[in-house]
Amino acid sequence: MAPETTPSQTIGPFFHDALLAEDRSRLVSPDHPSAIRIEGTVYDGAGEPVPDAMVEIWQANPAGRYDHPADDREDLPLDEDFSGFGRSGTDAGGKFSFVTLEPGPAPGPDGQAQAPHVMVSIFARGLLKRLVTRIYFPDEEEANAADPLLRSIEDPGFRKTLIARDEGEYLRFDVHLQGEDQTAFFEFPG
Amino acid sequence: MRQQPSVGDAGRREEDTGQPPYSYPDYRSTELRAPEKPLIILPKTLSDTTGPAYGRDPIDKLDNDLTRQYGGEPLGERIIVTGRVLDGDGRPVRNSLIEIWQANAAGRYTHHNDQHPAPLDPNFDGAGRCLTDDEGRYRFTTVKPGAYPWKNHDNAWRPAHIHLSLFGPSFRSRLITQMYFPGDPLFGQDPIFQSVRNPAARQRMISTFDLETTEPEWALGYRFDVVLEGRIATPMENH
Repeated sequence: MAPETTPSQTIGPFFHDALLAEDRSRLVSPDHPSAIRIEGTVYDGAGEPVPDAMVEIWQANPAGRYDHPADDREDLPLDEDFSGFGRSGTDAGGKFSFVTLEPGPAPGPDGQAQAPHVMVSIFARGLLKRLVTRIYFPDEEEANAADPLLRSIEDPGFRKTLIARDEGEYLRFDVHLQGEDQTAFFEFPG
Repeated sequence: MRQQPSVGDAGRREEDTGQPPYSYPDYRSTELRAPEKPLIILPKTLSDTTGPAYGRDPIDKLDNDLTRQYGGEPLGERIIVTGRVLDGDGRPVRNSLIEIWQANAAGRYTHHNDQHPAPLDPNFDGAGRCLTDDEGRYRFTTVKPGAYPWKNHDNAWRPAHIHLSLFGPSFRSRLITQMYFPGDPLFGQDPIFQSVRNPAARQRMISTFDLETTEPEWALGYRFDVVLEGRIATPMENH
């Protein structure tokens, strides 16, 4: 019989020294010719910034390959300098930021392609479990329109919460934990 | 009394899944932070059956001994915490990063926001990390953390606990939890512990005293196994 999983508990307010001592918010150097910056603010249900959250990202490289043994598509290159994992705290203004590369498309269910996206976990005091969301890219209109997950979200406003905004210098991805503008969050089937 | 099902967990009650809900009014910080709109079910794809291995950076050997990070020994009851990390099929999760953090023996964190008037310990910062071995085992030497007050409700105290952060085999298996100590008198009034409504699941957050791990004339031993969501994929299974 499969063992029962260990329950999640909140990250609490005191994780910074243990989890953020090393800066892992830069997946590539800002000088990398294809570097992009993704920046955003985490807001609570009162519209106040959340200054004690931790945001983690996981993504494929620009070729669409994940640096993980389960992705054994040998025809796609791996880049040993790009792990695809990043971690950022939020500052006093609730802001997090990452410097990374835009991922390539990833394989989806039933042989469909997924639009390029970044997996996101959000941890904070007051969150008994992490929140999971995704960042999609504003310059991928065609791929986004065909993405099976985005298509499954009927409310266009809700769907739009998953697509970063192009601010010229950087991409903006704000997270609203609650309220009318709440970001779409995911759960995994059991 | 049965709790109302809340958003999440694919329509199952949190009580059944053994996971806490997002919204749990007794824990006041959930009030403005718990999502209210229904969660969207994320079909399994390579985006989440892969995940950060985070085991490729060298870990300093002493990182799993929180009693030897400074010149002197920290005050408090020296303990050894050890256990195994398993996937949803009960298979060992190898070479996987575990990060921990905790209060010192007096119940104080080395964190600028911790205002509890208990002493800091110059020989203890409460942060450690290690990798699991080939059997999924990990081991930390530390001191038993103290209970500490917080402002959630009148005369609120957190039971002694150690925070653990684990990656496991994929994005789906990522877990942050807290390990508690057996027989703590503060369990009954702690809404974070009680947010897990299933009593059997609550037990899975409590370590067990273990005489075999206990080292004579040195340190008490506690065992704490962790079971993560998801399973270790083998390349064959992705086709």
